[in-house]
Amino acid sequence: MTAEADHGIGEAVAARVERRWATLSIVIVGLLVGMATYIGIHQATMPQGHVETADPATLHLSGEFVESNLGSAVEADGSVTVRAIGQQYSFTPQCVVVPSDTPVKLRATSADVVHGLLIEGTNINTMLVPGYVSDLPVRFKAPGDHVMPCQEFCGIGHQGMWGKVKVVDKPAFAKLAAAKRRLTCVD
Amino acid sequence: MLTNKRLILAHFWLAFIVFGAALVLGAWQMFVRSPLNAWHFNPEFYYRSVTAHGSAMGYVFPTLVAMGFGYAITESALEKPLIGRRWAWAGFFLVAIGAVVAMIPVSLGLASVLYTFYPPMVGNPFYYIGVVMVVVGSWIWVALMSINMAIWKRENPDKPVPLAMFANVAGSYLWGWTAVGAALEIIFQILPVALGLRSTIDAGLARVFFSWTLHAIVYFWLIPTYIAYYTIFPRAIGGRLYSDAMARISFILFVVVAMPIGVHHLFADPQVGAGFKFMHSVFTGLVALPTLLTVFTICASAEIASRLRGGHGAFGWITALPWQNPIMLATALSLVMLGFGGAGGLINMSYQLDASIHNTQWITGHFHLIFGGAIVIMYFAIAYDLWPHLTGRALESFGLMRTQLWLWFIGMIVTTFPWHYVGILGMPRRMAFYDYANPAISPQAFSVVMSAVGGFILLLSGALFLTVLIRGQWADNSEAGSYRFAIPLHMPARIPAALNSFGLWLALMIGLTVVNYGYPIAQLMVLKETNVPAVYVGAGR
Ligand code: HEM
Ligand SMILES: [Cu+2]
Ligand SMILES: [Cu+2]
Repeated sequence: MTAEADHGIGEAVAARVERRWATLSIVIVGLLVGMATYIGIHQATMPQGHVETADPATLHLSGEFVESNLGSAVEADGSVTVRAIGQQYSFTPQCVVVPSDTPVKLRATSADVVHGLLIEGTNINTMLVPGYVSDLPVRFKAPGDHVMPCQEFCGIGHQGMWGKVKVVDKPAFAKLAAAKRRLTCVD
Repeated sequence: MLTNKRLILAHFWLAFIVFGAALVLGAWQMFVRSPLNAWHFNPEFYYRSVTAHGSAMGYVFPTLVAMGFGYAITESALEKPLIGRRWAWAGFFLVAIGAVVAMIPVSLGLASVLYTFYPPMVGNPFYYIGVVMVVVGSWIWVALMSINMAIWKRENPDKPVPLAMFANVAGSYLWGWTAVGAALEIIFQILPVALGLRSTIDAGLARVFFSWTLHAIVYFWLIPTYIAYYTIFPRAIGGRLYSDAMARISFILFVVVAMPIGVHHLFADPQVGAGFKFMHSVFTGLVALPTLLTVFTICASAEIASRLRGGHGAFGWITALPWQNPIMLATALSLVMLGFGGAGGLINMSYQLDASIHNTQWITGHFHLIFGGAIVIMYFAIAYDLWPHLTGRALESFGLMRTQLWLWFIGMIVTTFPWHYVGILGMPRRMAFYDYANPAISPQAFSVVMSAVGGFILLLSGALFLTVLIRGQWADNSEAGSYRFAIPLHMPARIPAALNSFGLWLALMIGLTVVNYGYPIAQLMVLKETNVPAVYVGAGR
């Protein structure tokens, strides 16, 4: 075989191997995207659907984020809605109390700059952007205490912005709820 | 044929001086926020430091490396002097002066807003003006790269543009358009407020604009590294590039899909709806393609080099690679870090998994591994490879170079693995200190100490790197010959026009960005009630 022909064969082999790898890469990427799509649709783990707004200048005057309405509220269907706000450098309420094993809707916003909120030991994690309302469905498996730090830089006191979440079992929560309209664990 | 050596050296030296200074700040940050620090300090200093470290490492250092390397590629790949030398110097001085203008208010504590400057927090206007100057200086480079390629193509109508130049121009276009997002945010939203002309700002809209820049900027950082993989590495180890066409496709893919995916940084944000988050998540998957293609081509190129040296066996060829060669070592270590970092990236890109690590220390661990690790180690390799051609003096301390590269790799692993781990435990990022006495936080203390130790290893490696370069400036004269790039195994006789020009790809890049960002931006611009009062930071306000 001449060197010329040899070269031609080598080139064809190289191109074929390369094409196979490219195909495999496309399949891998397609599979990953497909998986995320499937889980998103079938287990309803899509991010927040709509953009909702709230004016930080009037939060404390009217609307759902007035101080007397913050904390956990029991809804008619037995689910719980938690309303909270972040401000430099604390959350209100500073301690959130929720029942275990119950659908909870977390609604939160910011009164000044961008903050974030994550609850350690869970997958609950959202941004609080002034002007907008974050709304996410969550569920706590078991009773216990969690810390809830602010996860976005919000000024020179950011490192001090830690809230708490107390998860109590359902009967204990029902007993607390019977006594008060809005629950917190701030003493 | 490098004629503008001073221009190129100026870019690299300034880049590495900025890098060295920012590295010291990084190590200090690691230390003060760890349990090793028993003293009280003003947390405001931490945020000044992170603003300086992030802005220097994110905006100034990689931009200067891309610019200097770009000029070196233009002259050596096109084999003619750079057109627009004066403009290039003007760009350099804009970047240098911009960096100083930005750093003065930062060091005075008047702009501790971090390099992401999320409004409505607003700092001293000179910080933003400095950042804009850096970007405008780099835009001059973008224009020069484009002009030099166009003129060369006119003079050489039937030759393909050399791969190194093609990739370099791809990177410059990518950056030119990427920077537009943050530029719009600064010029139309932040600066009017910082200058006191307006007092309210839409924080959600600002985050959308910034995400347009924030994601694709990482590919701008990455492109010099990929150019080194494709065009320096095979030549340096005595081999050939496996495929020229696949390399071009990879760079084109970056140009097209890097931009319309930035909303993946906003998965946890309330101001963008689920539909666009989903769109961006899908496109984010696509951007893994060029990296998968690259890893294949580079490993195949290494195999060619090894077999040319007599390596054999299915895996035995790996031992026959020239491991003594610093470029070989740097590329291998870089690919290992890219592999770990890429695996982490797959987690970030899915919005279900993202919720468990969003804005935790996982994220800082992740980008230090990819950017500080996989990317920056190739910046070292580029400098080592290019230095003798720029200074006309040999770099002979190969042992020192290998030690430096190993220390960088080990330091990165020791720093970032525990950093990822505490992120999974939920440790939030960007905090000046933590209460390690709190039982909820104390399990993280040991890992944070590990990261700090890794940080000191990195600092040592950075010092060795600068030592090698400085020694190179005083070494004996030696003629390094002309600077060359790797030759492909099979040089295609003709290259399709699509792989030799950018018209179509730029149209797609801009078109896809408009499709994927147009609606979220328009929707927020229409919402007037989301303009919120600015919160000014810094002393004296
Ligand atoms: C070449 C290398 C490096 C690059 C490109 C780089 C880049 C960056 C960037 C862009 C940020 C800003 C992150 C933010 O604002 O959240 C950052 C933060 C930080 N970097 Fe680096 N860095 C490098 C090396 C280092 C080293 C060697 C250390 C430690 C010794 C370090 C420690 C830190 C720390 C502690 C933060 C603050 C993280 C936080 O508080 O969340 N960096 N780095
Ligand atoms: Cu905060
Ligand atoms: Cu990104």
